[in-house]
Amino acid sequence: MHPRLELRNISKRYPGVVANDDVSLTIQPGEIHAVLGENGAGKSTLMKIIYGAAQADSGEIYCDGKLITAHNPAMSRALGIEMVYQHFALFESVSVVENIALSASSAFDLPSLAENIRELSLRYGMPIDPHRQVHDLSVGERQRVEIVRCLLQAPKLLILDEPTSVLTPQAVVKLFDTLRQLSAEGCSIVYISHKLDEVQELCDTATVLRNGKVTGTARPKETTSLELARMMVGSKLPEMHVSPAAPSERPVLEVRNLSASARDHFGVDLKDVSFNVHGGEIVGLAGVSGNGQAELIALLSGERRHAQGGAIKISGMPAAALRPDERRKLGLAFVPEERLGRGAVPSHTLWENAVLTAHRFGTVRKGLVDRRRASAFAAGIIDRFKVKANGPGATAQSLSGGNLQKFIVGREIALAPKLLLVSQPTWGVDVGASAFIRQTIVDLSRAGTAVFVVSEELDELFEICDQLLVICQGRVSPPLVRASTDREEIGLLMTGRTTSNDQKGSGSVALQD
Amino acid sequence: MRIAAPLLASILTLIVGSIFFASLGHDPLPTLYAFFVEPLSSMNGLSEWLLKASPLILIACGLAIGFRANVWNIGAEGQFTLGAVAASGVGLFWPNPESLLLLPLMFLAGMGAGMAWAAIPAFLRSRMNTNEILVTLMMTYIATLFLSYLVHGPWRDPAGFNYPQTALLPAAAMFQFFDPAYRLNSSIFITVVAVLLMWLFTDRSFLGYKMSVSGAAPLAARYAGFRESAAVWIGLLAGGAAAGVAGMAEAAGPLGQLSPQISPGYGFAAIIVAFIGRLNAFGIVLGGLLMSLLFLGGEGVQMTLGLPSALTRIFQGILLFFLLAADFFIFYRIRLVRPATDTHAIKAAR
Repeated sequence: MHPRLELRNISKRYPGVVANDDVSLTIQPGEIHAVLGENGAGKSTLMKIIYGAAQADSGEIYCDGKLITAHNPAMSRALGIEMVYQHFALFESVSVVENIALSASSAFDLPSLAENIRELSLRYGMPIDPHRQVHDLSVGERQRVEIVRCLLQAPKLLILDEPTSVLTPQAVVKLFDTLRQLSAEGCSIVYISHKLDEVQELCDTATVLRNGKVTGTARPKETTSLELARMMVGSKLPEMHVSPAAPSERPVLEVRNLSASARDHFGVDLKDVSFNVHGGEIVGLAGVSGNGQAELIALLSGERRHAQGGAIKISGMPAAALRPDERRKLGLAFVPEERLGRGAVPSHTLWENAVLTAHRFGTVRKGLVDRRRASAFAAGIIDRFKVKANGPGATAQSLSGGNLQKFIVGREIALAPKLLLVSQPTWGVDVGASAFIRQTIVDLSRAGTAVFVVSEELDELFEICDQLLVICQGRVSPPLVRASTDREEIGLLMTGRTTSNDQKGSGSVALQD
Repeated sequence: MRIAAPLLASILTLIVGSIFFASLGHDPLPTLYAFFVEPLSSMNGLSEWLLKASPLILIACGLAIGFRANVWNIGAEGQFTLGAVAASGVGLFWPNPESLLLLPLMFLAGMGAGMAWAAIPAFLRSRMNTNEILVTLMMTYIATLFLSYLVHGPWRDPAGFNYPQTALLPAAAMFQFFDPAYRLNSSIFITVVAVLLMWLFTDRSFLGYKMSVSGAAPLAARYAGFRESAAVWIGLLAGGAAAGVAGMAEAAGPLGQLSPQISPGYGFAAIIVAFIGRLNAFGIVLGGLLMSLLFLGGEGVQMTLGLPSALTRIFQGILLFFLLAADFFIFYRIRLVRPATDTHAIKAAR
C-alpha cells in the first residue's frame, strides 16, 4: 500500500534563512503523525509546502504514491488535504456559515450547510452556532470554525497546527477522541504541537525538526518526554524557578462586585466579579475562551471604562472610570492577547512601538519624540529579552509571533509596573521562549509586582500561579490555592458544573468608550 | 516603493496624456512640451508656478495631518472659501483700513473661519459618529453658496457696475508683491513655515505620533489610551486652519477681492497632492509643484493650442487614478484562479 503522503528531500530557503533542509517524512493512511519543533524550526514552512501554499526549492511530494506537480492549495483540497492554520483565515464581518460557504468549492445552499455545520460540530463535541458573526467569536471559538470547516470536506489528510491551546482538559480529551475516530476511519492526521504530553498521548509517530532539519523520528508513546524535548531544543531545557510568594499586606488590584453587560449580544455579561491581587503574587484566571475573559481584561486595562470608579482599585485608588494611560500612571502595565494591531502597530518600527506605552519613560521630551532614547530603549529590550529582530528599526510585522511577544512583554516589564496584566502570555510562542517569558513574569512578581495572568493553557497557570480563579459564563470562582487544587477541580469549574447557586448580577451599566 | 509609486504614476500619466493629445489631433511631443516645459520658461511662468503651488502645498499639509489618522477631510474647498470670506470681511470692513494690524487680523480671521467650518464635522463625528467624508463634502457646497450670496448681495461693490464682486481690498490688507510685474507675493513664506511645522508635527512630535497610531492601528491607540476624539479634532482642525489660511492668502494676494469663483479647485486638488506626497511634508512640496504645473500647463495649451480647459481636471484624475492603482498593485497581485475540480463534495453526516 502506498503511504498517504511522502515527502522526499524537501528543501526551502528564504533570503538569509534555510527554512527546510533536506526534510523527508512518510505518513501512512490513518496515522497520527506529530511534527515537533520550536518556533522557527521550519514547521510552518513545511506545512505550507505540504498544503501547497509554498513551493519547495527542491524535493518531491507524493500523495497516495502519485507525484504532485504544480502544487497549490486548491490542488491539495482536491486531493483531500485540509489544514487548520494557527492564524485563522476567517472573514470577520460575516457569519460562520458564510465563511465556510466561501471556501466550499461545490454547490451548496446556506440553510442545509448551516444544518450540516451544527450537526458536525455537535458530533465532534465543539458546538458552534453557524449564524453567529465571526467578529463576535473568541479565539477558541474561531478555531472550532476552522476545524469544522475542514471536517466538512471529509479530508484524507488533516493538518492541525497547535489545536489544543484553547481547549479545556475535558475538551482536549473529546478532541482526541474525535481525532482517533477520524484516524480509525482512515484519515491521516499531521499534528503540530510543542506539548509533549499530548503528542505522547495521541500520536503514533513524531518527526522532530530543529533549524529546518529533521533531528529525529520517534514513537512518542515509547519515548520519554525528556528525550523528545532534547531533540527539539537541542540543548538542556531551561528550568523554571518558582520561589514561594511573599504577598504584600494590601492588595494592589482590588475588584469589587464588578458587573458589566456585554458590548454585543453574543458577548458575555460579567456578573458580580470580585477578587484581589497582592504585590508579589501571581493570580491566574483559567477558563474556556469566550466566557468573559475579553470583557474582564478590557475593563481592567481601561480599554473599556466603568461608571462605578470603585469597582476596580489600583493601589487603593478608584480606577474603573479611568482611561488606560491614566491607569498606567498608577503603575499598570498590560500585555494583550493580540500582539499585532493591539499590543503593537504592525507597520511601525520597534522603537516607535516602544514609545506606545513607554512615553513617560524618557522617550518623549517636551512633546517631541526622542528618537535616540526610544531606539536605545527598544535596543535594551531586544538585548535583554533576546528578541530576534533586525534592530530597533525593524517593523513589528516583520517579527515572528514569539519574538514580537517577547518584545511586548519586555516593553511592559521595562516600565517597572506595580501591576502587570498579561493575557495569553505564550500563545503560539515556542518552548524556549515560553519558559523564558514565564520565568520573567515569575521574577517580576517575586520582586514585588502584582501579576494577573489570563490563560487558556492550564499547564502554564499551574506552573507559575500562586492562586487560581476560574471564569465561567461571566462569573469568577473564589480563589483556589494552586498547591491545594488540581486540574480536575479547575476543569469542572471551567465547565460551570459546580456553580449552581445562581446569584443576581447588579444592573449597573458599563460605559462604552 | 513609497517613491516608486508616484514616479510610476507620473510616467503613466504622461503616456496616457500623449495618447490623449494624439487623439485630439495634436503631435504629442510638442504638446507635452507646451504643457509641461513652456510654462516654466519665463519669469512670469515661474512666478505663477509657485503662486499656484503655494496654496496646494499649504492645504495638503493640513489635510495630511488628518489623513494620517484616518480622518478624511474632503471639504478643504469649503474651508478655503470660508477663510477667504472671513479674511476679506475683516479687510473690507475694519474701521481703520491703514492699520498695520489689518493683515495679521485677516490671517487670524481666515484661520479661525476655516477651523470653525471644520469644527462642525469634527463635533458631529466625535459626538454622533457621523461620517466626516460626507459632512465635509456637503459643507463645501454650503460655503460656496454662501460666498455667492455675499458677492451677489450684501457685499457687492456699489461701484462695481453690478458685477458680482466685492470692492478691492485696501493696500494694507494685501501681501507684498516681490515685483510689481509678477503676482508672486510674500504669503509663500506662510507655506514654507507650514511645511516645516507639518514635518515637525508628523515626524517628531508626540501628538503626531499618537495620530499616526490612531490611523495605523485604532486598537493599539485604544490600548495605549490615546483618545480617538482628539485625533478627529486635531485632524479636522489642522486641515481647516491650513485651508482657511490658504483662502485668506488667495484673497489678500492674487485676487484682491471676492468673486463667486475664487478657487480653481485648490481644496480638492490638495487631496491629490497629499497622496502624491505620501502624506509626508517634503513629498507634499513636490506633489504641489507637480499639480501646480498641471494647472499652468492646462491653461497654457488652452491658449496656445486651443485644447479644452477640462484637460487639467482630466490630468489630475488620471494622475490620482494611476497613483492609487500603483499602490494597489504594490500590495496585491491579481491572478486568474480556475475552480478546482473537487471530488469531495460536502458531506457532513457521513
